[in-house]
Order: sequence, then structure tokens, then C-alpha cells
Amino acid sequence: MSTSSAEAAGDPPAPDAGPRPLLELSRVTVRHGSVAALSRVTAAFSPGTITCVLGENGSGKSTLVSVLSGLSRPHEGSLLLDGRPARFRSPRDARAAGIATIWNDLAVAPLLSVWRNFCLGAEPTSGVWPLRRLDRATARATAVRELAGMGLDGVDPDQPASTLRPGDRQSLAIARALHFGSRALVVDEPTAPRSLAGATQAGQALLAARARGLAVVVVTANPRYAHLIGDRFLLLASGQVAGDLTREDVDADGLTRIMAGDDELTALTATIRRTHPDR
Amino acid sequence: MTAGPLSGARSTAVRRGRGRRLLDRTLARPSSAAWVGLVLVAVFFALQAPGLVSAGGLAGVLDSAALLGIGALAVGMLLIAGHIDLSIGMVAAAGALTTGLLVTEAGWGIWPALAASLAGSLAVGLLNGWLVVRTGLPSFLVTLAAHLVLQGASLALSRAIAGTTVLQGLDGAPGWSSASTVFDATAQWGSGFFRVSIVWWLVLTAWAAWVLWRTRFGNAVFAVGGARRVARELGVPVRRTTLALFCCTAAAGWLVGTLALVRVGSAEGGSTLMPAIEFLVAAVIGGCLLTGGYGSVVGAAVGALLYAVAQFGITLAGWDPLWFQAFLGVLLVVALLANGVVRTRLREVPQS
Repeated sequence: MSTSSAEAAGDPPAPDAGPRPLLELSRVTVRHGSVAALSRVTAAFSPGTITCVLGENGSGKSTLVSVLSGLSRPHEGSLLLDGRPARFRSPRDARAAGIATIWNDLAVAPLLSVWRNFCLGAEPTSGVWPLRRLDRATARATAVRELAGMGLDGVDPDQPASTLRPGDRQSLAIARALHFGSRALVVDEPTAPRSLAGATQAGQALLAARARGLAVVVVTANPRYAHLIGDRFLLLASGQVAGDLTREDVDADGLTRIMAGDDELTALTATIRRTHPDR
Repeated sequence: MTAGPLSGARSTAVRRGRGRRLLDRTLARPSSAAWVGLVLVAVFFALQAPGLVSAGGLAGVLDSAALLGIGALAVGMLLIAGHIDLSIGMVAAAGALTTGLLVTEAGWGIWPALAASLAGSLAVGLLNGWLVVRTGLPSFLVTLAAHLVLQGASLALSRAIAGTTVLQGLDGAPGWSSASTVFDATAQWGSGFFRVSIVWWLVLTAWAAWVLWRTRFGNAVFAVGGARRVARELGVPVRRTTLALFCCTAAAGWLVGTLALVRVGSAEGGSTLMPAIEFLVAAVIGGCLLTGGYGSVVGAAVGALLYAVAQFGITLAGWDPLWFQAFLGVLLVVALLANGVVRTRLREVPQS
């Protein structure tokens, strides 16, 4: 009970040589009913760093996202922003503090056009009140420029966002978060498998966010993709931190092996061999 | 095209021929199905009942389209925001009854009575909206309840106070002539008498279209209906927008009730859901999705016009008016199917 989960995993949170962490979780516990979805999790997310959160279903990834985004509050422990405890009552609070969350498929309003999506909630306007209207030219130009900055060229700003591919939609949401001054980006990756091109497109946008000095947290189930874009890897298991690795600690194959869980795979193989002797 | 091989390949895929793109755009417009339907129905009934294309026929069609269109306009905007209002028809009837009671029983002038009933209607809209955003109950049920309450209460109160649910002789009220000018002026053109309700309808539709496509409020309406959670997170005032839209439908109901009241100089309690359903049908024919996030107020106006043409055409052609309801059902199904096709095209996600 007295040892923190990070210590239990034999891997204390590494003292960061880089800039001061923007967002920190300090011994955070979140319970759903009597079940602890997160148990004394300690982690730090620094500006200009992509941290990939990896884990199986039910390992607490989604709960981590909901704590960072202000959707749920820690029952114990605290969330620190710039080293000071932060209490978000809603995702809007978190967004106002500069933490943009991109939920796996809810990042955009599907039937709104790309530019309307881009400026949603912060539309540029012209004119005075009874005639105050959207400044459509500015909004379109901004959307096209920012999307091109994400490596998304040739997008018609008037096409509905639903006609974009999932990865591009995510890029749109990331571009929006960047443009409106977010400092941290929490991305809940779609769990559905997707094409390499789609993943690469999204990865490009994430790297662009990193280059602009955002603290990026990516929750994903794909270790290869994680290793492609990530600087640090936070492994979760049963709501606890099972490992906090950097790029130097592990290669893509190693990460995949850890994720697959050697023991489990061995057990599974044994079961299959028993039931299907021909394998 | 310059950002590496991957995005180059995608760009060529995105850049299709111009003609194809135009067709896609046209098909993706919510009102396109309604326009096609309007032309078909108009041509059909013009052949069946040539009287329809005279000035008198046009005035009649536009007049019934106007009352329908004002309601459909507000209901359409509410549908785009993902909600429904079944109480709007009863707000029209109860508002008219309130105006009538204030004039006949309390001796008020017509203008103060109209102002009071407008305030009452807005209060109903506000209550509807508040219940919906506060409790998260489906607006279908909330407004159905409002419809029932209004129906029972307005009829019972009217009977208790005035002893009847039909209030006549309102045209003797102070200020009647100016009210009559504002709500019931007519202009003659050829053999047709065009009523001022048509102007109300067209001006309101134009204004609503502007609001919807050119203002932040309009963007919020689409976002609230299409992706409420995203809208809330991005700081779009979801609740305020919803409340405002319920007030709009209530105000539209009041206007429809008032236009009818001033026209005949009497007020009558209502007892059916039919007006609310007619508004809904016109808006859906015009391309508004029941699921929200998509639709147009111009489409709602076209839907109302289509509805009126069919209604008038059947009467002029000398058919049994009962055919109209059957026709309406068919029309609704066709409209839903057409909208479904449009939506599928729109939602089609390109495979990478």
C-alpha cells in the first residue's frame, strides 16, 4: 500500500533533463464504483515531447484521458499544470487552460464544412451587432493555411468534414487546437485499425504540434505507430504504471513484445495447441 | 502536392473533375430533393388543374404556403439543432386564444393583448427549452407534454372565463385597423389577392437563412445538432443556442396564430397535433434531417410551397380532399428516401 505504482514497477519517473513538465499526474487514483481504474499513477508530460500511453483495453488509458481532459476528477492525488494543482470542472475548463483533447472519433462536426469546423467556437466576425457576420474569407484562408501546415494540402475548405478520411479529420482537430493556442494536446487514437497512410498523416500533425512546443499525449494501442512518433512511452496495466520508457530504452520490436505480453501469448499459444493439435 | 509522396497521391485523388464536383455539391445541398419535388408536383397539378397557374391560384398557394412556411422555418432550424417541437401548433392556438380572451373579456386593445400573448408564447418556448437542456429528456416528449398541457389548459380556461372556446368580434378592439394592416394587408395583382403573410414568410426565411449560414449563431446551430459534445468542448454555447431556438419556434407559432386571428377576426381553441406535424413534414421534405446537424431553411420554404401546391392542386382538380393525406404520406416517404441518399453521399468517407 505504501509503495507507489511507479516504484512497484521498478522504474521511478525519470528526472527530466528537458524543460519543466507542463502537465503532471501525482499519485492519481480514480475509481469507478469500487474498482480503481487508475491507481496512484504518477507521470509527467513536457512541452515539445510526445508521450505515448500504451496498454490493453481496461488498463486505464481512457480514464487517464478523461482526467487530463477534465472529464473526471482524481479521487486521490492531483493534476498539476505548470507545477500548480489544477482542478478542472469540465472539458471546457481544461480547454480554457490550454489543454485540447481530441477524442477518437468526435473531433469534428461531420456535416459542417472544413472551415466551419476549423473555427467552430471562435469564429472570426466582421461588422457590428445586428449585422455581425462570419468573416468567411479570413476563416477559409486560415483553415487552408493551417491545414497545409499539417501536411494536408489540396483540401477544399467547403467540403463537409465527413468527407475527410479519419486521419485527416484528426489532423483538422489538431490544426484547430494549435491555431487557437493550446499548450497541451491529448489525443485518444481511434481503436479501429487504419491504413498506414492515415496513421502517417495523423502522425505528421502530431509531430507538427511537437515542433511547436506542445506537450502531446497520445493514447494508442499500436506499439509500432507509437514508436514511430513517440519520445516517451508510458505503459499502463490494470490502472498502474507498468513502465515509463524513452526512445533510447526500447526499439519498436521491444515495445511490441512488451505490449503483446510474452506470458499471455505463451499461455494463449498453449491453449490453441491444446484445442487445435494441428497448429 | 509538394509535401512528399504520400500527400501527393492523396491530392490527385481529391482533385476530381470540376463537373463531378459541381454535381456532388448540388446533390449535397439539403434542399435539392425538395426543388425537384416542387417542380414535378407543380407541373403535374398545372396539367390537372390549369387554374393553379392563374394569379388567383398563385395567391392561394402562396397564402397557405406562407402560414405553413413560417412554422416550418422555425421547426427546420430546431431540427438542424437536433430537436423537435410538437407544441408549436398549440402555441399558435393558445396564443390566439389568449389574445382573444384579453380583448373580449378584459377589454384590452389588440396591441397590448398581442404583446402579452407573445410574452406568454415565449415563456412556453423558454420552458420547453429549459426542460430539454436541463433534464436531457427527448424534446419529442417534452414538447408533446407541453402540447397536451396547453391544449387542455387553454380550452378549459377559455370555457371557464368566456363560456366558449370560439371568441368572436375581436375586430372591434382598439388598434384593430393598424393590426389588420400589419398582419392582414392584401395587394391585388390580376385576379389574385396577395396577403402580407407572404411578405412575412419570405422576409423571415431570408433572415433565417442569413443567420444560419452567415453568423456565429448559425454555426452554433449546426454544431449543436451535428456534434453536441464537440460543440460543448469548443465553447459553443449549446444551452443558450437551444433555448433561443425553442423561443424561435414559440414566436413563430404565435405569429402563425396571430396572422390567422387577424384574418378572421376571431380566435378558436385548437385540439390537434396536425399543425405541428405539417410544419415538421414541410421541414423534412425541405431536407432537414430528424437526427440534426443538417438541413436548410430555404429547403423548408420549398417544402412548404410543395405542400401548398399539392393541397391546392388537389382541391382545384376536384379530387376528394382525403387524397391529400395519402399523397402527403407518399411525399414524406419519398422525401426521406431522397434525403437518405443525399446524406449517404455526404457521409461517404473516402477509403485510403
